[in-house]
Parts: sequence; structure tokens; C-alpha cells
Amino acid sequence: MNIDKKITEDLVANDISFVTTVPCKQLAGVIAEIDAHDAIFHIPSNKEDEGMGLCAGAWMGGKRPAIIMQNTAIGVTINTLATLIQYYRMPLPMLISYRGELREPIACQVEMAVHTKALLAQMHIPTYHFHHQEDVAELDAILKYTFMCNKPVAILTDANFWGGYGDQ
Amino acid sequence: MIRSEILKEIAPILRDQLVVCNIGIPSQELHAIDDQPTNFYMLGTMGLASSIGLGLALAQPKPVIVIDGDGSILTNLGTLPTIANNVADNYILLIIDNGSYGSTGDQPTYAGQKTSLAKMAEAAGCERVIECQAEETGRVLQEALDARQMTIIVSKCESGNAKMPPITMDPVVIRDRFMKAVQA
Repeated sequence: MNIDKKITEDLVANDISFVTTVPCKQLAGVIAEIDAHDAIFHIPSNKEDEGMGLCAGAWMGGKRPAIIMQNTAIGVTINTLATLIQYYRMPLPMLISYRGELREPIACQVEMAVHTKALLAQMHIPTYHFHHQEDVAELDAILKYTFMCNKPVAILTDANFWGGYGDQ
Repeated sequence: MIRSEILKEIAPILRDQLVVCNIGIPSQELHAIDDQPTNFYMLGTMGLASSIGLGLALAQPKPVIVIDGDGSILTNLGTLPTIANNVADNYILLIIDNGSYGSTGDQPTYAGQKTSLAKMAEAAGCERVIECQAEETGRVLQEALDARQMTIIVSKCESGNAKMPPITMDPVVIRDRFMKAVQA
């Protein structure tokens, strides 16, 4: 199974047509798929809170958005999640590269990994963790759930899910 | 001229357009001067008005006017390259540049000192950037609407705020009536 293609197909099947990204090595494949797909407008952001602003506007304009980013971004976006996405009750699927988990080669990434789930729990953000490739089968249901409840929803995808970090 | 005087002057131009308005006193002023369902008031999240407006402009065809401030643009400077590289000809970013953080006690910003936001927008790649004096804002804004070309306006004005009440409308109500106005 090509998970980059599967993720992109699930986004498109759920009518998600506006995707903003801040890159991560683990996400490079899915970002390339999204960029190449005709049904998706891909707009890279310089910072994740900026990306959430873009998504909020796109949603009010009638398009279903999504953001793709690293878990380090949770540290950047707490205020935006609370005072924009949650306060105005907007749906936002967040496909998150969960750096700093098993098979991570960069020690500093662990420093935000240990806070990631606690921060998401504190924010009352529904959170799913993809650890094995077959976990991707739930993505379609998670996307439907997100637009049903108009909440930000986190999908954490770790190195094991992506088949290891880099050349491991 | 201070920001609230500019807003009063351009209110007739704004009335029929989709407007995304910056957090704090700017939204309070616009709300008090001419509340419209076509106004999206930011109640929090400093810096993101320009991004919300760009997403909105890219998602649908109606003109979008963002009323932003110099302090908010400085908070989210990455917005300028994103705007420049994703051209939406229905997007107008009006930066009311009073050289100060008005909502927090008029502390000076760097835009009131050595930094030129108009030059930064140009350097980011924005093609139609107009710096004007406060008194010219209405004319420049109307010309931008007529031009149907993405425009960044930097309107230089004096620092100061009008005394307006806080917005008590529920955020979901603001958002819901705005979305209905977008679809109308």
C-alpha cells in the first residue's frame, strides 16, 4: 500500500480541496502527492498558525481545508487553536508528523514529543495515533468525524507508521 | 486622522463587501461604526486577519477586504510571501499603519520607525502595493476594488483609538452570519 496516495485519496474523497502544509521529512511523500493532485489547492505556509488562518478563511469561503505539519507545531498553534478554530467552532483535520517517537534519530525531537499528547488532551482535541500502516484505514472515518463535529482533530503519524525515518 | 476616522470614511465602501477585520480595537470600531453580516470580526488570534482573508479570497470569487494593522502584520510577517505567491485578484489587504500597537496602549511598532511595510510587501513579491496618506484611503480602496487586482494598501495615519464597547456577539454567531453572507 502506498500510504501517501491512500491519504491523498481519502482527503479528496472527503471533498477536502484546500490543503496547507509546513514540511517534515516524513511528510515529503504525501505533500508531493497533494501538490500534484488536480482536486486539491495546495498552499504552503511559512508557519503553522498562518496556515490555520488560511484554513479558517477557506472554510468560511466554502471549501473543506486540512493542515499538514509536524507535532512541534502544537507548541506554535495553541493560541490559534483556542481563539480561532475552537472559539468560532471550525473543523480542521490536522495530519501531524509525530516526530520524537520510536525510530527517531534526532534527540531534540523527543522534547516536543513528550508534550504532544498532553497538550492535545489539555486542549480537548480528539486525537488519533497511527503507529502501523494499517491504521490509515481509519483516516476516512476520522475526516468524516471532523466535519461532523466542527472541531480541530489531530492525526499523529509516527516514524513506524511511515516505515522508519529516512534511510532506516 | 486616526484609524476610526478612516473606518468612518470608508464604511460606505466596506458595507457591500466581505470584510475580515483585525483583532481588538479595529474590530470594535468597525462594529460600532457599521456592523454588517459581511464583517468577520476577529476576537482573538493576533496577526491572522491577512491569512484568513487570503484563504477566503482563494476559496470563493467575491472581493475580500482585510483590515489589518502594522502591528498585526509584523506579528505574522510570513503572510506577505504567501500572499505574493498565491495571487487572488479578489483580495485587498488594507494595512492601517498608525505606527503603534493601538489595542495595548499605543506602544510604538517598528513600522513607525525604520521599517517600511510597503517595501517589505514589494520585496515579498506583491505586485500592486500602494502606500497612501490616511485621507486618500477611500479613493485608493475604491480604485483597488475597481482594478480587480490583488492590492496591498498601506495607509499611514496617526496613532490613537476611539472609545468603543467590546463586541459581545458570540463568535459562532459572527462566523455563521458571515458564512451566510458569503454564500448569499
